[in-house]
Amino acid sequence: MRKNGFARHALIETLHTVQSSFGYLDDKAIRFVAQSLRVPLSQAYGVATFYHYFSLKPPGKHTMTVCTGTACYIKGTDKLLAAAEKRLGIAQGQTTKDGNVSLMTARCVGACGRAPVVLTDGELNGLVTSEQMLEHLERWTVE
Amino acid sequence: MNIEELEQIAESVRQENARFDHEINVCMGTGCLSQHSDQLKDALAKAIESSGKKAIVRRTGCMGLCAAGPLVLVDPEETLYSHVKASHAEAVVASLGGEPVAELQCDLREHFDQQVHVVLENSGHIDPERIDDYIARDGYRALVKALTEMEPNDVIKEITDSGLRGRGGGGYPTGLKWGTVAKAGGDLKYVICNGDEGDPGAFMDRSVLESDPQRVLEGMVIAAYAVGARKGYVYVRAEYPLAVSRLSACLRDARRRGLLGNNICNTPFSFDVEIRLGAGAFVCGGETALIASIEGKRGTPKPRPPYPAVSGLWGKPTLINNVETFANIAPIIRNGGKWFSSIGSERSKGTKVFALTGKITNTGLVEVPMGISLRKIIEGIGGGVPDGHKFKAVQTGGPSGGCIPAEMLDIGISYDALISVGSMMGSGGMIVMDDTSCMVNVARFFVEFCMTESCGKCIPCRAGTAQMYTLLTRICTGIGTMADLDLLVDLCGTIKETSLCGLGMTAPNPVLSTLRYFRNEYMEHILHKKCPAGVCNMGTAVHDETAQEVLA
Repeated sequence: MRKNGFARHALIETLHTVQSSFGYLDDKAIRFVAQSLRVPLSQAYGVATFYHYFSLKPPGKHTMTVCTGTACYIKGTDKLLAAAEKRLGIAQGQTTKDGNVSLMTARCVGACGRAPVVLTDGELNGLVTSEQMLEHLERWTVE
Repeated sequence: MNIEELEQIAESVRQENARFDHEINVCMGTGCLSQHSDQLKDALAKAIESSGKKAIVRRTGCMGLCAAGPLVLVDPEETLYSHVKASHAEAVVASLGGEPVAELQCDLREHFDQQVHVVLENSGHIDPERIDDYIARDGYRALVKALTEMEPNDVIKEITDSGLRGRGGGGYPTGLKWGTVAKAGGDLKYVICNGDEGDPGAFMDRSVLESDPQRVLEGMVIAAYAVGARKGYVYVRAEYPLAVSRLSACLRDARRRGLLGNNICNTPFSFDVEIRLGAGAFVCGGETALIASIEGKRGTPKPRPPYPAVSGLWGKPTLINNVETFANIAPIIRNGGKWFSSIGSERSKGTKVFALTGKITNTGLVEVPMGISLRKIIEGIGGGVPDGHKFKAVQTGGPSGGCIPAEMLDIGISYDALISVGSMMGSGGMIVMDDTSCMVNVARFFVEFCMTESCGKCIPCRAGTAQMYTLLTRICTGIGTMADLDLLVDLCGTIKETSLCGLGMTAPNPVLSTLRYFRNEYMEHILHKKCPAGVCNMGTAVHDETAQEVLA
């Protein structure tokens, strides 16, 4: 916040910083940011919920993000996603009960040349097959 | 900074490069990095050291052909290697000065020969985080020329003469936009670079920002000089971390060299740029929503007029251009508007970068002159549809665009031609589909996208896209009726006419264009409860053989 001079318009920047430090935005963090930047809490909460990038729930230990952009979709990420959902027993956007793996989707990470794309803990994997993905999930469960 | 100083820097880079017999350029764009091109670069450096050859390894931006990564380009021989692994490093280094490594060499003359590189001229040749590399390739000459030899009006005239149109998709003449902002009153004006590439399936802006950020910045500074702005913002998606970090490095270096900040190039002109991160909202790609987002609000659009050129960021006149538009500015000022307008077709000048993806052999980034036929791009440069499948359609313009069928492949690419066939230029995504893609399902995919991305401000878009999605889902699951189809067409018209911003106005396009060219597929779904491509689950499983039969 200090870097942006406590400017009100730097709300999104500030929320980005909070999320990258804590992994998600909890109630306390949003209240604190709103108060410090002197913006109404409604606006801060509105912004935090409007943008897909912000998460209000704590992420799992590992995150698997499946890209569902057009190029990846054409190359069959819907099947990848369904396979992952089945394996983990959760729907997209959720975290397994033991808090180990979160399954997320992204609207295009801009690596369409290598579609279909799956991000494992932020690392980009291109031309992913369903076996490779399940293998990766297996490795996380064993840990 | 003046021309002589730029020349000095360029000369020192050239001298440094002259010490080496070979330059090994390793692509370190997101695509190749995901295949560990960073480890490859280290391995190459080590191999050179142990071999004692006079060669240098350099990290560069995207070379375009993401499908064949990691890519390595050896200069001055111009040998291109594809699928290079760290274990190949020794062999590549050993071959320097002799015969190239045959098994890695890729011969894609057809892929590269038909392209014209203006925006991507430096991609793959310079280190994106070294400003000196950019200067050595005529970087910042356009800025110095504009600041020292030209009046702001001359700059605008040059851009107008070039015939450059906005590369974000709308195709509004850039010179006209600049002129409007320049004429607007008040001494506080802003320049915004729109790098919120929300279109899924497009990655031109990411690639340009990662490979050649200085070029975009130079374009912005020239624009600011022309319209009289002192402050600028680059709005980049947070999903592109590499682009953000390279852009920050670029801003820092430019400030250090006196090319950004107070009294640029020792003239009275001052301008500074800040980076603003997007947070994943497609609607923010529109001008007014983007401005709201920079102001720290929810990214909801506003009715226009007033246009941002008159009342934009914080109510001040604001110039918003796309990344690719700014990337075109420096070459235009350097070579003149006439040179630029000699490329391309009558009403669409210059080149356009496309992200060629989907069911095509050479996926990646291509830059072609306007007016080239779609067939040349897909069959020539793209290498056609792989695995013996048949080409069905190409989708341009992202969720706002449409699908172009095989019989229309011979149209020349231009803003107007694409609109006339029911699609649009868009930011430059080009997704190829073959006979395994179901057009109804694709339309449903785009409608779902627009539905989740709708900001919810106006009702036609918020409620309409949801209804469209329900209708398409009915058709895709085999319970659709002809009445559903009529309702769908009716609804498309309403949404198109009454929505507030571009997202809503163009949301029905994928449905309308697929209905126009692939009506028989809709009919198959509704009347025969069959999906010709075998994609949709129609209750009764459709086997591959039956799908083939229907197609034949």
